[in-house]
Amino acid sequence: MSFHPAEWRKHFPLLANDSRLHYLDNAATGQLCEAALDAVTHHELTHRANVLRGTYRLAELADAAYENARRQTAAYLNAASADEVVFTSGATASINLVAHAFGETLGAGDEVALSLAEHHSNFVPWQMLRERRGVTLRFLPLAADGRLDLNRLDEAITPRCRLVAVTHASNVTGAVTDLAPIVAAARAVGARVLADGAQAAQHGPVDVQALGVDFYAFSGHKAFAPTGVGALWGAARALDALPPFLGGGGMIGRVTAAETSYAAPPRRFEAGTPPIAQAVGLGAALDWLHAQSWLALRAHTAQLARRLLDELAALPGLALLGPRDFQARLPVVAFNLDGIHPHDVCQLLDQHGVAVRGGHHCAQPLMDFFGVPGAVRASFAPYNTEADVDALLAGLKDVMKKLR
Amino acid sequence: MNDDLYQRALLDLAKAAHGAGALPAPDGAALRDSPLCGDRVHMQVALTAGRVRALAHDTKGCLLCQAAASLAGLHGIGLNAAEAAALREHIAAALAGSEMTAPAGWPELDLFAPARPHRNRHGCVLLPFDALIAAIGAAD
Repeated sequence: MSFHPAEWRKHFPLLANDSRLHYLDNAATGQLCEAALDAVTHHELTHRANVLRGTYRLAELADAAYENARRQTAAYLNAASADEVVFTSGATASINLVAHAFGETLGAGDEVALSLAEHHSNFVPWQMLRERRGVTLRFLPLAADGRLDLNRLDEAITPRCRLVAVTHASNVTGAVTDLAPIVAAARAVGARVLADGAQAAQHGPVDVQALGVDFYAFSGHKAFAPTGVGALWGAARALDALPPFLGGGGMIGRVTAAETSYAAPPRRFEAGTPPIAQAVGLGAALDWLHAQSWLALRAHTAQLARRLLDELAALPGLALLGPRDFQARLPVVAFNLDGIHPHDVCQLLDQHGVAVRGGHHCAQPLMDFFGVPGAVRASFAPYNTEADVDALLAGLKDVMKKLR
Repeated sequence: MNDDLYQRALLDLAKAAHGAGALPAPDGAALRDSPLCGDRVHMQVALTAGRVRALAHDTKGCLLCQAAASLAGLHGIGLNAAEAAALREHIAAALAGSEMTAPAGWPELDLFAPARPHRNRHGCVLLPFDALIAAIGAAD
């Protein structure tokens, strides 16, 4: 099936209104799709009320919209049940939820395995847990190209391992993690597995059951939905076993002066008023994404990234971070130009209407692994075109001319 | 306007790297990182009667950070803790405000005026001065 990125672009109001913008910072935030925008607007204009507590008609409409968003999210993830979807403020909150709730069950002598390729959101919460509970952190080794070295899993996943928290796809290198051997190694020692899907979920529907993990975290804003919402998917058996994290309204069974009992998941983990309209927007975005022809969309973004990789290789003094091949890799390309700081590259590229990210990408352990303070990153979405690659390459040549 | 940010005089100031290196026997030293971009400045100072007699820095950062560190190396001799802090606040206020006015003795600060609209870059300019203040403080 042929795919026309210019047509897809029309579904994104900001891009439709700015034909000169070459937006290549999709790994940071995707542009809002009109399906999400329309759903949020419709909800706020016609269904706005608090959820899970009102008995009047408007509140019931809000309840229905919110729970429909949960079903839409569950469908996108191929969850066994909508009750396995917990709405959060994003992937960071989702991971922190697990780090606190599951972390409450851990103590000295228990181990958590993660990798140096993690975003800070899947790194710092575990260091904080180490400080709180005295657990030991072990790090899955990386190969030279930044991929996890799956041949050395036993170095980090030991019999004392209780949880493996690992990226589904790197926000720096784009490398997609083969989760199957990690899940197998974790299962062999009775450990849970959390996958950080913040970079993966926007590149097509996820099948959490096929992945075999226990927890899956992702953010709405990267998946063309509003900011301030995301989800934690947890297998029912895993969520049931977790104590609550935040306490408050909506997450209780019964509160007395003596004690509190807690609601069943997912509400056990949704204390307070949730991001209702944002969740409705997320559901609409995922529903729209679910209906797309992902084979064609992925082929398109891969072609753009492959062309960029090929043309970057011809630039003098260019160093690529991450795999050079295109096996199991998202359309995310990070690189450095010798002698030119990433921030200076990005600042000058802005003159060309090119929006890319420069810096450590909230992945300083990975930057240390590569021996660089930061990098320039171009990340593609299906609305990107060859013209975006042209503008980036032209801009880079201008940067080199000015700053070298 | 971005072109002005990378004007030749600023590039030359960064390239000159005044004060780059290390002191044999510093009285104080401080390492400052930018949480936003990972820029890093390691500043060393030697003091006499609370004033900077010598300074040296190792700066890993963007051109704005390098130029600011070079500027600190060029004019930082003679500052005491209060004057360094006042200078830093002056630069911060000038970056945040509508006008970039250079204090006496620091005319090159005008070079950073084009950074005013780029709020996320202000920290790049301020980082060497934060390191300088901390290094003087560490010597007290």
